Amino acid sequence: MRITQGTFSFLPDLTDEQIEAQIHYALRNGWAISVEHTDDPHPRNAYWEMWNLPLFDLSPDQADVAMREVKACREGFPRHYVKVTAYDARYTRQTTALAFIVARPPEEPGFRLERTDKSDRAMRYALHGYAAERPAGRRYG
Amino acid sequence: MTGKKDRWAAGVTPYAEMGYYDADYEPKDSDILAAFRVTPQPGVDPVEAAAAVAGESSTATWTVVWTDRLTDHSNYQAKAYAVEPVPGRENEYIAKIAYDLDLFEEGSIANMSSSIIGNVFGFKALKALRLEDLRIPPHYVKTFQGPPHGIVMEREYLDKFGRPLLGATVKPKLGLSARNYGRVVFEALRGGLDFTKDDENINSQPFMRWRDRYLYVMEAVNRAIAETGEIKGHYLNVTAGTMEDMYERAEFAKELGSVIVMIDLTVGFTAMQSMSKWARRNGVILHLHRAGHSTYTRQKSHGVNFRVLAKWCRLIGVDHIHAGTVVGKLEGDPGSVKGYYDVCRQNFVHADPTTGIYFDQDWASLPAVMPVASGGIHAGQMHQLLHHLGEDSILQFGGGTIGHPMGIGAGATANRVAVEAMIQARNEGRDYFQEGPDILQRAARGCPELDAALQVWKDVTFEFESTDTPDLVVTPTVA
Repeated sequence: MRITQGTFSFLPDLTDEQIEAQIHYALRNGWAISVEHTDDPHPRNAYWEMWNLPLFDLSPDQADVAMREVKACREGFPRHYVKVTAYDARYTRQTTALAFIVARPPEEPGFRLERTDKSDRAMRYALHGYAAERPAGRRYG
Repeated sequence: MTGKKDRWAAGVTPYAEMGYYDADYEPKDSDILAAFRVTPQPGVDPVEAAAAVAGESSTATWTVVWTDRLTDHSNYQAKAYAVEPVPGRENEYIAKIAYDLDLFEEGSIANMSSSIIGNVFGFKALKALRLEDLRIPPHYVKTFQGPPHGIVMEREYLDKFGRPLLGATVKPKLGLSARNYGRVVFEALRGGLDFTKDDENINSQPFMRWRDRYLYVMEAVNRAIAETGEIKGHYLNVTAGTMEDMYERAEFAKELGSVIVMIDLTVGFTAMQSMSKWARRNGVILHLHRAGHSTYTRQKSHGVNFRVLAKWCRLIGVDHIHAGTVVGKLEGDPGSVKGYYDVCRQNFVHADPTTGIYFDQDWASLPAVMPVASGGIHAGQMHQLLHHLGEDSILQFGGGTIGHPMGIGAGATANRVAVEAMIQARNEGRDYFQEGPDILQRAARGCPELDAALQVWKDVTFEFESTDTPDLVVTPTVA
């Protein structure tokens, strides 16, 4: 399966040039760039590992600096999910403005849906990532 | 004073002479201001008509009453302070009226609307009356908590950023059994949509009772989450005949793990506000379908403009509100719709005659409402939808998903690829509005689902004249 979290998961995987164009857009908007990675892509995992601190002080022509961080993270964790997030710190937003996956493991085993019968035909559902059943650091091969 | 009756003598005194018109009145920062479009009956002076509106929507009755003198009456009188003819419209006037804050109970849209659109709309001396806009000061805004989540919290909760969200209303809207209904939900969500939706009139009918629908829908939602690794939801409509029934349905939806429930505007302002409190208390997003609004929002000379309803709904506190599509099958002039979207999303909305906004509106950090575009839209319009409606919106393709020639899942995929391709192109700095068709064609080369959608709906547009437009329309200039 293909996990479709993030802004561009239905498009073919972005090339480095396309990733840099999105970073450039974010910087033009005054957003901070951060790079995060995980081997637990459960949709409720809000806290992927941060690859260094967010890059708050880049000027719009420094997309290449952020791109170097993306590449370094991908190389450091070649079998993890890696995403780029752009953060908008302006008043009344103060939240993520854009977040897209820029690397994935070679194989994505997906999730098992576990059903527990409650009474009166109601069901309780739980989602388990197949890969997450192995210890952290030894998932995805 | 010759010829004029004493203010306090028994009998009928013109409203304007009783203090309901005051051209010199300077509105206080804490006043609630209203702009009414007034059409007086033949022979009725517009200033007197405006004063009558102020009077009948505040303290006045048809004759002088001595009991006014037991109060500091001028404080409670609404005051028409400006009356101006509408350019290009015969016998129509915009009357601006100021209401003191004391006239309204804190945190009650039922009370505010009973005053401002209560008796006065049936007043015989007026041929027609329309409430065009309200300025609601922070003093009153702060008596509400607004949307239970708001756009920021909703996006964080769903983990979806940087693009419009996508939805679809299950079709046919009536008649499917619960099991078949869930099939549509599953296919659409697995195919790429974020949300599916009950329609306004799906409540609990003989062919599908609410509890059965909820069970099958939540099976479908959870299956789709497992297949995609994304959070998904279905707006379970909890609209019912009584508040007790609505609470029962909402509780069950929550127990099944639904991230969102839905109500119809027809339940009334008080029930909406109760459900808003419930939604905040239980961490469930609240979707509002504006069923019935066109009965009073659509005609230019009479009723209540939708921008007023949108303001009330933001105060009442809904997370989603249907606010028009511009390009779809339902009423919506581009300028007016932009105004509605601004009312829902901005923290400060500036007066702007081209969007029909009469007053500056400071929302004082009240969370924003996600506007929903629904009704006759399809993937081929993606550039127009993004241009007119922006990124913080929900685009609902009902027929445009379920009517896809390759199936429901394919319809969903087409919409998702179209929106992602358009956002990517926009962010890359392309003139996506002009180049939209080309951007879609290129995306369709790698996506047969989108290609088929573009083929089947390529010529579908809804070009009808709007019945409701701002009085000032920007004339497009040829560059």
